[in-house]
Amino acid sequence: MKHLLSINDITAAEAISILDTAAQLENLTSGTVKKLPTLRGRTVVNLFFEDSTRTRLSFDAAAKRLSADVTNFAAKGSSVSKGESLKDTAQTLQAMGADAIVIRHGASGAAKRLAESGWVSASIINAGDGTHEHPTQALLDAFTIRKHFGSTRSDFVGLKVAIVGDIVHSRVARSNVLLLKKLGADVTVIAPPTLIPYGIESWGVAHSFNLDEDLESFDVVMMLRVQLERMNEAYFPNGREYSRGYGLDEVRLGRLKAHAIVMHPGPMNRGLEISAASADSVRSVVLEQVSNGVLVRMAVLYQLLTGLDQAPTGGLA
Amino acid sequence: MTELLLKNVTLVDNSQVDIHIKADRIFAIGSDLSIKGEVLDCSGLMALPGFVDLHTHLREPGKENAETVLTGSRSAVRGGFTAVSAMPNTNPVADTAGVVEQVLRLGKSAGLCDVFPIGAVSSGLNGEHLAEIGAMADSAAKVRIFSDDGKCVSDPLLMRRALEYVKIFDGVIAQHAQEPRLTINAQMNEGAVASELGLTGWPSIAEESIIARDILLAETVKSRLHICHVSTKGSVELIRWAKSRGISVTAEVTPHHLILTDELVRGYDPIYKVNPPLRTNDDVVALRAGLADGTIDIVATDHAPHPAEDKDCEWASAAFGMIGLETAFGVVVTTMIRSGLMDWKRLAEVMSINPARIAGYSDQGHPLGVGAIAHITVVDPTKEWTVDKQALISRSSNTPFHGSTLTGDVVHTIYRGALVLKDQRVMGGENVSNG
Repeated sequence: MKHLLSINDITAAEAISILDTAAQLENLTSGTVKKLPTLRGRTVVNLFFEDSTRTRLSFDAAAKRLSADVTNFAAKGSSVSKGESLKDTAQTLQAMGADAIVIRHGASGAAKRLAESGWVSASIINAGDGTHEHPTQALLDAFTIRKHFGSTRSDFVGLKVAIVGDIVHSRVARSNVLLLKKLGADVTVIAPPTLIPYGIESWGVAHSFNLDEDLESFDVVMMLRVQLERMNEAYFPNGREYSRGYGLDEVRLGRLKAHAIVMHPGPMNRGLEISAASADSVRSVVLEQVSNGVLVRMAVLYQLLTGLDQAPTGGLA
Repeated sequence: MTELLLKNVTLVDNSQVDIHIKADRIFAIGSDLSIKGEVLDCSGLMALPGFVDLHTHLREPGKENAETVLTGSRSAVRGGFTAVSAMPNTNPVADTAGVVEQVLRLGKSAGLCDVFPIGAVSSGLNGEHLAEIGAMADSAAKVRIFSDDGKCVSDPLLMRRALEYVKIFDGVIAQHAQEPRLTINAQMNEGAVASELGLTGWPSIAEESIIARDILLAETVKSRLHICHVSTKGSVELIRWAKSRGISVTAEVTPHHLILTDELVRGYDPIYKVNPPLRTNDDVVALRAGLADGTIDIVATDHAPHPAEDKDCEWASAAFGMIGLETAFGVVVTTMIRSGLMDWKRLAEVMSINPARIAGYSDQGHPLGVGAIAHITVVDPTKEWTVDKQALISRSSNTPFHGSTLTGDVVHTIYRGALVLKDQRVMGGENVSNG
């Protein structure tokens, strides 16, 4: 694997291998020494054209724990069309010796374009491209789910996952649908019709406009961030009505299965798609998702930059 | 007086003749003719009336790094066109007599083919006030087609007034049918592929709702409506219905919409970014059927040159558009003739006769006959060739067909009796830099 651009590009076995590597790295770094020398001398560039706190910090931490040199490039506010182009920026970073470029960009397909246009030769990791995909988020979500429901591939089979909210604009939803389907889970996306993508029938998942209908049946409920600006584009009337129909409040939380977990990729709009009580409840694994994010991103950097699919068993490589 | 003889050339009815051209006219058609001037052996080649494009972006004035009237004219004759129609979305916009006369003058000075300016419907393409339509019609350019192409005349009142106003001189409004509110930030065809790629969809209904409205407006005010670059199955059905009601509507399809689909967008290569967007296979099939049965009257290129940097970027930042003058004939033969959907007579209609009639280009689009003005395109109807973007004449190279194999290519182009393309070499304007 040279790049990680889309969940579509990896097999179920490759995904599982990343999760396994993340688990090994967790064991290796759970003691007092949190750092491995594996990527010493390699340079990872975080190229962020969009605001992001947690994803950038997570990649930053992941690269540093593998002893890579990290350069952060925040192109926030610099319009690509007016200022320096994506191509020029990437080539500049390449000239500085980037081995991997972690890119977050507002344009769907930006990571793929960077990887396949011939502009640069570095490994490209998609850290979110427009409304397309966010593959490391899906991998960390799968890692989190696996920790709660078992550690083998077959444990995803039959697992019932609901993804709730702004599916149409969500790269998290797209990557999660692809990965969870690949791993055998039974996925339902739930949203008002305005936020369900056109042609959802071809996604191979169930969809529903009603959050209350089968709430008791889900093992995992993944809530997506809803941007309030969407109501200006007539996707829904207002936050109150959205919250009433599709927010995870205490009543709905109480109806979940005993072992069900609540996930959210963050940042959360407390009181809109998720109530404070739900966000802070024992079912919520939001903070675990954050910790697991670092491990999964370490695993991705490790596999892409070493070409190995197993972490060093004997400790430090 | 220049004389030219096309020896053993095939006509659309499959007969083989010699065509004797004297000055700007066809002097004689017969067998075993001989002359003192230049003789071209046209065995195996076919003569068609010179192609007429009703939808060309020549980019001058304002974007000469993409194309000029001269480089666009050279590209046109390489593609067999003896007339092109310059869309008004230049800088400044062709919304006054001054600008259309400038474009006309540039075309005459290039001298390779007729360049007919199209005038803007609204001042500055802003969709608010009518441009100086009468002044453009009365100018030396004698503009008869008006279009805000690139933008839709979305205000129904302005569209109605424009349709009414051009009746003064039997003009026609060429509508770029795109409901703007339904296509905010639209990037590609709305459908399964767009949903998967996370690109904002451009729904068919945004085209069809405008066409439906404008058909009714044209019927009400009894004026002429032309629909630019029809791209959906539903649009074909609406136009078929309108024609069956006797409404004065004509329509064009681009070569790229006859062959390419939205599946090509999967790699996010902006070479496939075009407006209206590439649609689905169902749409392609319907467009081909519509062109064959007469619902769609003409092929028009929507030749839209862009400099490399406008395509060498991420999808969302890239410009919409493809060049098409030099590949149009090959695509039409490949999709329509080779498949048996259309015969050569119909090809001459959709690429020459019909567009000239719609636009009122009285010197263009004449079937080849003694006494007619000699606008002739000589083609190799069966030649297979591979498109090489580096070899194209246009100043820009944003073709989606690079590396594709097409059947049918243009060999000679004769404009007003003069050989402007000979053995695929453009005879004029060579000294212009191509980039």
